[in-house]
Amino acid sequence: MAVKVLIPTTLQKFTNAQATLECSANNITELLDSIEDNCPGIKGRLRDEKGEPRRFLNLYVNDEDIRFLEGIQTMLNDGDQVSIVPAVAGG
Amino acid sequence: MTQVIQSPNLTTIPTFKALKCKECSAEYELQAIHVCEFCFGPLEVSYDYDALRRHVTRESIQAGPNSIWRYKSFLPVATDNPIDVGTGMTPLVRSNRLARRLGLKKLYIKNDAVNMPTLSFKDRVVSVALTRARELGFTTVSCASTGNLANSTAAIAAYAGLDCCVFIPADLEAGKVLGTLIYSPTVMAVQGNYDQVNRLCCEVANTYGWGFVNINLRPYYSEGSKTLGYEVAEQLGWQLPDHIVAPLASGSLFTKIYKGFQEFIKVGLIADKKVRFSGAQADGCSPIAQAFREGRDFVKPVKPSTIAKSIAIGNPADGIYALDVARKTGGNIESVSDAEIIEGIKLLAETEGIFTETAGGTTIAVLKKLVEAGKIDPEETTVAYITGNGLKTQEAVQGYIGEPLTIEAKLDSFERALERSRTLERLDWQQVLV
Repeated sequence: MAVKVLIPTTLQKFTNAQATLECSANNITELLDSIEDNCPGIKGRLRDEKGEPRRFLNLYVNDEDIRFLEGIQTMLNDGDQVSIVPAVAGG
Repeated sequence: MTQVIQSPNLTTIPTFKALKCKECSAEYELQAIHVCEFCFGPLEVSYDYDALRRHVTRESIQAGPNSIWRYKSFLPVATDNPIDVGTGMTPLVRSNRLARRLGLKKLYIKNDAVNMPTLSFKDRVVSVALTRARELGFTTVSCASTGNLANSTAAIAAYAGLDCCVFIPADLEAGKVLGTLIYSPTVMAVQGNYDQVNRLCCEVANTYGWGFVNINLRPYYSEGSKTLGYEVAEQLGWQLPDHIVAPLASGSLFTKIYKGFQEFIKVGLIADKKVRFSGAQADGCSPIAQAFREGRDFVKPVKPSTIAKSIAIGNPADGIYALDVARKTGGNIESVSDAEIIEGIKLLAETEGIFTETAGGTTIAVLKKLVEAGKIDPEETTVAYITGNGLKTQEAVQGYIGEPLTIEAKLDSFERALERSRTLERLDWQQVLV
């Protein structure tokens, strides 16, 4: 599935300063694998030792937090947009 | 890069040194960044406590301005001329009637409902953030807000002559929207909840070169909340309370009050003492309270549905740190229903003459719940933090309070109305007795 990924500024040094990436993946795990394969140096930044997304990282599929979906098993469809967003405080 | 500031005796001393990741301890220069690029953990300002211990005394603090800037050595700004709009040093009220009603012997209310200039604790964090924003060269400041932060950012930006663009959820209380628009910033009312606003702001934060107080300026901004700890310690006669109760939204305020107390102990300004930290959430948005109850060390996001909009953060970034503080200090994290929140607002108003907003109602309702459950000892010196003003959230209590008695401009009309109101009052009391 072809999906668009929004990359936070902190990680853009690994994407040649690109704020978006086009990737192909069937679910979030595959997507993270694909990003790691295509962006040297990014490995270890997105996931902890257990392969889970880092706890201060929020992943959204079309505006929905993956923790309200199927987590890293969340399926992706053609044209989906995935955002990677660090956590923020304050109100 | 080490920043230096002037101490009151004009000796130049280094105070804040670097940004440090709370998770992996990686260090960064004192720039406008907020997350660790290795592990995405939040960055926090670190200080030279040896220098602070040598140069700061109770007397040097007391000789400072009657605002948060009396604690400037503990705040991450380098300038000698911070933005001082009289923020902080709000009353610490010794409660009599509420204390009696709850059965507590030593209860205090830290009343930030009258903080300056915009009547919430947010003026503390924004004063620090905008002072730092100016130092870092920003000319436009911004924020993602549930209302109070937008009020404060817009007002203090107006004072400082900074351009301002704020983002709020579109369904905020009218008072909070008007209380932002009056300062003439650009206001983006986003169709979504706070977490969605936050996410949008994260995506735009670094592309426009703006200083977002709670995003790229967050390490500096959040330090302003420590002053709520310093002030209580100073106002109690340079000692700590036994127990504090504060509202939890992102969890930042709670952890920074703790940091404030710890810093004063560390530099020798007050004696070490264990303080229990209890947090308050609304049932309709209680991810941290749920994690506390279930003994989890992670916080599962929720979708908020509560009248307590100012603390309706479903995905609290500092939630795990707030959990840690409550657990290690022997405190609790509780939640209450919207009906209890309204009762909390009314109880504080009727007993202490303080009109707070929904976050304050949540705090008072949780305070009551903890006392009734035996989780606050009547002998403990307890401080309840009231962080916002009720005039901003009038919708919350509309329909739950009395109405004026409309009368003719004649004595007999007044007397009839007075008799009627006394009868109603008697009936009210009878209902209570039954």
